[in-house]
Amino acid sequence: MAELHKLTITELSEKLSAGECTSVDIVTDILSSIDARDGAVGAYLTVDRDDALDQAKMADEARTAGKASPMLGIPVAIKDLLNVKGQPCTCSSKVLEGYTAPYDATVIAKLREAGAVLLGRVNMDEFAMGSSTENAALGKTSNPWNLDHVPGGSSGGSAACVAADEAIASLGSDTGGSIRQPAAFCGSVGMKPTYGRVSRYGLTAFASSLDQIGPITKTVKDSAILLETLCGLDPMDSSSIDVEVPALGEQLTDDTSLEGMKLGLPKEYFVEGMDPEVEKAVRDAVEHCKSLGAEIVDVSLPNAKYAIAVYYIIATAEASANLARFDGIRYGMRLDGKDPAELYAKTRSAGFGQEVKRRIILGTYVLSSGYYDAYYLKAQKVRTLIRSDFTEAFKTCDAILSPVTPTAAYKKGEKTDDPLKMYLDDILTTPVNLAGNCALSVPCGFTSAGMPIGLQIIGDDFQEETILKVGHAYEQTTEWHKERPSL
Amino acid sequence: MSKTHEGMDVGYVAKLACIDLTEEETTLFQGQLNQVLHYVEQLDELDVSNVESTAHAIPVFNVFRKDVVGTSLNHADVMANAPSSVNGEVRVPKIIDQ
Amino acid sequence: MKYEATIGLETHVMQKTNSKMFCSCKYEYGAEPNTHVCPTCLGYPGALPVMNEMAIELCCKAGMLLGCEINPYSKWDRKNYFYPDMAKNYQITQADEPLCIGGQVEVEVEGEMKTFTLERIHQEENAAKNTHVAGASLVDYNRAGTALMEIVSNPCMSSAEDALAYMAYVKQIMQYGGISNCDQEKGQMRSDVNISVRPIGQKELGEKVEIKNMNSFAFIKDAIEYEIDRQTTLLESGGSVVQETRGYDPDRGETFTQRTKENAHDYRYFPEPDLMPVQVPEEQLKQWRSELPELPAQRQVRYVEQLGLPEYDAGVLTADMATSDWFEQAMQHTKNAKAVSNFIMGEMMRLLSEQNVEISESKLTPENLAEIIELIDAKIISTGAGKQVFEMIFNEGGEPKIIVEEKGMAQVSDDSALEGWADEAIASNPQPVEEYKAGNPASINFLMGQVMKASRGKANPGAVMQMLKQKLDA
Repeated sequence: MAELHKLTITELSEKLSAGECTSVDIVTDILSSIDARDGAVGAYLTVDRDDALDQAKMADEARTAGKASPMLGIPVAIKDLLNVKGQPCTCSSKVLEGYTAPYDATVIAKLREAGAVLLGRVNMDEFAMGSSTENAALGKTSNPWNLDHVPGGSSGGSAACVAADEAIASLGSDTGGSIRQPAAFCGSVGMKPTYGRVSRYGLTAFASSLDQIGPITKTVKDSAILLETLCGLDPMDSSSIDVEVPALGEQLTDDTSLEGMKLGLPKEYFVEGMDPEVEKAVRDAVEHCKSLGAEIVDVSLPNAKYAIAVYYIIATAEASANLARFDGIRYGMRLDGKDPAELYAKTRSAGFGQEVKRRIILGTYVLSSGYYDAYYLKAQKVRTLIRSDFTEAFKTCDAILSPVTPTAAYKKGEKTDDPLKMYLDDILTTPVNLAGNCALSVPCGFTSAGMPIGLQIIGDDFQEETILKVGHAYEQTTEWHKERPSL
Repeated sequence: MSKTHEGMDVGYVAKLACIDLTEEETTLFQGQLNQVLHYVEQLDELDVSNVESTAHAIPVFNVFRKDVVGTSLNHADVMANAPSSVNGEVRVPKIIDQ
Repeated sequence: MKYEATIGLETHVMQKTNSKMFCSCKYEYGAEPNTHVCPTCLGYPGALPVMNEMAIELCCKAGMLLGCEINPYSKWDRKNYFYPDMAKNYQITQADEPLCIGGQVEVEVEGEMKTFTLERIHQEENAAKNTHVAGASLVDYNRAGTALMEIVSNPCMSSAEDALAYMAYVKQIMQYGGISNCDQEKGQMRSDVNISVRPIGQKELGEKVEIKNMNSFAFIKDAIEYEIDRQTTLLESGGSVVQETRGYDPDRGETFTQRTKENAHDYRYFPEPDLMPVQVPEEQLKQWRSELPELPAQRQVRYVEQLGLPEYDAGVLTADMATSDWFEQAMQHTKNAKAVSNFIMGEMMRLLSEQNVEISESKLTPENLAEIIELIDAKIISTGAGKQVFEMIFNEGGEPKIIVEEKGMAQVSDDSALEGWADEAIASNPQPVEEYKAGNPASINFLMGQVMKASRGKANPGAVMQMLKQKLDA
């Protein structure tokens, strides 16, 4: 029963239904894969071995009792900012030391209901603030394709564990590209669903109006299957939206024709400073889609260039309030003081890493008296323009193609000293978070140095079905997704 | 956005955010954040006086719940999470003034 | 130079909801600490708020009762400040788009009708409760996140009397409307008071001082009077008032500086991304309007016009909603409104105040009172006996008819028994009999007393009088 860890949700689900393996077999195999590789990759913060095997046993029993679900018995890794009842939820921060989640995030409850096996919690940039998983207080994660390189971030652990076959799939969260960018850096498939598609209840908030939970998987079909499990209206999340959840997995068949599909190419997305190898891979992918029958049309997103400025105002402002609760009073780390003010300051100074402090300070500043209109209000208005750009563009196309990032994964330490430079890398992913629509990252090639390149497929609000269809057609007619890092 | 040219007083803002910065951090952040603020000034190119602001990407209204009592957390779990507690209450240093 | 004060109130009222504002935890006063808490009201990572529909309804109804417009679009904001009673270190409130806008109330102040205007009513969440022990403070989050409205008046009052009358009016309306119990001892109604003083004739208002968080009418009165005096004295002596936040120390009867303008909070309000705006549909507003209760002023008119009560009685009965409701319940069992009113204003209020209890705690039911009145009206018992029965039931409970029977309190109207006592009284008291016959009618009262004494109070006084007259005049 070797090599189960290399398979996809789709493949394992078939094997499980056919009785060719059990969930216990899969989890056992995954655990040995983790043992073999995670020393090098460092994706996991905690592996819940016994608990995972118990869940696998239960999944197998449920199957015997007649339960069937595509996620039944499939092991999934969880980004460590999702609350899992009875487990820590560190957000890769010292400030949450000692916190035990007393409840399940809605997506965790949905995974449990579907019979998925929760393997453990994976590393990330502290409070999801970062693009390289280097801002993590509790672990160091490497890119499985080259251990000297960053896995991307903030969901670096979620992408790395899937790429290294240390999980069949994982959950990440995407506030400005935090699923799509690490997926692109690690050669995995990452989906940022439409805002409101997946409940945020139980997701430790970074920027509430931008955060979405989504899957990182080995294939587009797996992405569809896992997303379908996560979706749906949640009364616990006021921003969760009541839209029908289509049968996302089933629609993806062997038919890979893109006849009748209009794909937009935004000229603004091939930005200055883009790695020519990335640009070429993406342009090749566009040609490939054309060869599958798609019509390529030019679209314009003129305000996308303001996205970074808008994003770093709105996201940090929201974060400055969202992270105020980490104060050492009710849970987590506490450094005592003579009065509450001193306790707060000592706890927060010691508990937060530099990037988190930097963003809290920026966010506090843009909201402070006298500056609100100039920064926050203005950013919210430009956000309207960015959203209108997409609305306009989707009048002439069904989906938009672009790179995910201007470059492939870079070496560790390369950008840590220059926050602005690091922020600018989010230029192609943040517009989607600001506009609220959905986007998918699919492998579309490698650089000459052997690092994966991602193709971003952007859809209109609640058009996950469309971008999955495009992604699936592209993936099934190319070989990129079959490549595996040699670890 | 003319105010940005003055640059931010990192020390003051950190105090608002209840964070103590070391001198090195203050200097480092001062430089880095002023650079970010300078970058952000590009928004000045846009005239948005007639543009509505977006607080929620997908606009929805009236998301209510019924006024029904549900389950609360187990008291022991709440206390177990609190770094310091006395008689079922969360203990904090003496609050002196508002 | 003469000075005048300008006063505005920010009144916080806790609404009568079953669950909290943004989570389903119960609100229960006096529960074991930290037993009604959840990830949302504790500000745990990942938890989210969801609006309580009833709180919105109660806030809108409060607005309707206080003459506000219901805002067609209202939204939520975060007010950021660090404090141990604020689990998230921001409070969810409404900054620029509150649920209710404007408003106007007519209030009687020392016999004069005055109009006070409101700026707004907004919905927000309550803070946790801090208590202080030696060397530390303790936090109980049971109250954290409960539904709280802030009723903001314009700076339109000029004395402590105005402010108290306004608050008493708001309290009465909130109780009548079923919005809040406004139990001040439980912190269900608290006010911040803004006061400024200026020379009479000056157009612009003086520097404003805010006195925070007072729950007792007496404290508010003292604080306002102290503060007007302090500011006036300052101005008179050529000084100036500093804009600041002050607290009130009830032990010393003084206000004291809490926070100066320079140290004022920078609340960094911004739109709450976790909550969606509110647009109450027109139909819904119509429905709520139709459900509004009859207000005290309307009840007063009805008591006078339909029940024939004196205006004084109607005013006393409707001052407090519980009393008025009790009166209405009694009226379902009797038609004698004046008798019910007399008993409530007399025996009931005396006993309530002597024993310091609420009308709702009385063992005597409205139905009991109706029965007592029926017994009196049927001349089965005297009014005096009725009062005795009232007090007995008030203290011990019981049924009027059974008590009258058991205690033998029924009046004796039977002629043969009365005749015996009357004959006896006439025979043994020749002196008053003579006087009566000589033209002094008052002398009959002595004889009457003798009969009542002999009957141990049970003789029907009317029947005794008739019997005596018959015999003496014969």
